[in-house]
Amino acid sequence: MATYSTNEFKSGLKIMIENDPCSIIENEFVKPGKGQAFNRVKMRNLKTGRVLEKTYKSGESVEGADVVDLDLQYLYNDGEMWHFMNKDSYEQCEADANAVSDAKQWIKGEEMCLVTLWNDVPLSVAAPNFVVLEVTDTDPGLKGDTAQGGSKPATLETGAIVKVPLFVENGDLLKIDTRTGEYVSRAKE
Amino acid sequence: MASDTSWHPSASLKVIKQRASLLKQIRSFMNTREIIEVDTPILSHFGISDPYIESMTTSCAAESDVLLYLQSSPEFCMKRLLAAGSGSIYQIAHVFRNEESGKRHNTEFTMLEWYHAGFDYYQLMNEVGELLIDIGLERPDKMTYADAFKQTLELNPHTAATSELQTLCKQHGWDDAIDDRHALLDFLFSQAVIKNLEQSKPLFIYDYPECMSALATLKQSEPIVSERFELFISGMEIANGFNELIDADEQVKRFESELTTRSNKGLAEPPIDKDFVAALRSGLPECSGVAVGIDRLLMVLSKKDDINEVSTFTLGSN
Repeated sequence: MATYSTNEFKSGLKIMIENDPCSIIENEFVKPGKGQAFNRVKMRNLKTGRVLEKTYKSGESVEGADVVDLDLQYLYNDGEMWHFMNKDSYEQCEADANAVSDAKQWIKGEEMCLVTLWNDVPLSVAAPNFVVLEVTDTDPGLKGDTAQGGSKPATLETGAIVKVPLFVENGDLLKIDTRTGEYVSRAKE
Repeated sequence: MASDTSWHPSASLKVIKQRASLLKQIRSFMNTREIIEVDTPILSHFGISDPYIESMTTSCAAESDVLLYLQSSPEFCMKRLLAAGSGSIYQIAHVFRNEESGKRHNTEFTMLEWYHAGFDYYQLMNEVGELLIDIGLERPDKMTYADAFKQTLELNPHTAATSELQTLCKQHGWDDAIDDRHALLDFLFSQAVIKNLEQSKPLFIYDYPECMSALATLKQSEPIVSERFELFISGMEIANGFNELIDADEQVKRFESELTTRSNKGLAEPPIDKDFVAALRSGLPECSGVAVGIDRLLMVLSKKDDINEVSTFTLGSN
């Protein structure tokens, strides 16, 4: 893998820090007119999600991380691993529960997910921003009650539980924002 | 994917006009004081030996095998003018520093450099203060480099052990702090001192450690300090000035020591400017000089926090 000099640092660049892949969030160049230059770098550890800050003497080099983001189609879960496919090459890869993390409660199959691969192994999976899922279990709706206010829990076909308005019934299709885990609206399809 | 607006200036028209009026105010200030505007070449056969400044180079057809340097400061040519008897002079020049790019740095930037013959660095600090008032800012406070460290880190930068500086640097986020006093002090000053001074007015920091003297005279005090000052506004370095070293032998010694440092670091070693040294030998009048970053001054006046927002166009590699 290539190494990058601090001169090439910019947000989004993937580098290796203490054996973990990290993504640069912010790179601040600090230099007195007549003195040593530094790069103060804020980055996210892509394995743990933790944000860390490090200072480099300008001109130092850091090993790059082989990290790519790909749009892959979710196929199925075999009970242990989640399987994805590249629709262009038909190549498949499998992600463990750790990588699928929160995304697993929103995907049921065929969705296009943003999969981050590190050395060709999925590191994290992001569900589509919006998904449509069927309600499998919720308390009976109150007919005609479309008034504001009031909510109840509903279990969706993937097992996720979301707060929904009182008028939602079993079998309804709901649009969910996966970034917040919130109900958006009822959906037709 | 280039958008339709990619040709637009990166500064607003309002800021571009603000720059015009700032330059006008500066010229009028200099005119009142009979400091003459000069215009020296950007291209030179000589670069700068400062280990912390990287020159940009080019070549021309007449001597295609010879490296030419884009000036990192108009200092050497202006001192040749002073030695030739020009009296006090100033220049507003584009200067170039390779590998410097960020919110407060652009590889090419605008510098106001002026030399006041017969002035020491205290008098020049006062004159810089008057210029600030003329352009609508406050008169700066003054604090020594040592006091700034004492107030914020309770440490004497001149006498503290290098290992003590190293430990402090690590505490402030430089994990791999190296055994280089100058670099350690630079790191602490920018990351722990100037940020924590809680200074709302412009501030002069003066009497720098001996290792940061460059082209400044030394004060034979205890400890020895370089007769140099810097101006900070809201923690941002705006200007750097000093009592100019007029001793040619001492200057050559410093250049050679800087070139040794560059060689040890594996950096390019630009030839020493022999014309500048010859001018020093023929006699540079006692004077003080200061370099002011025009773009950063404009950032302060227009309340922008990115140098791109005060520059018409940049290479845009931030």
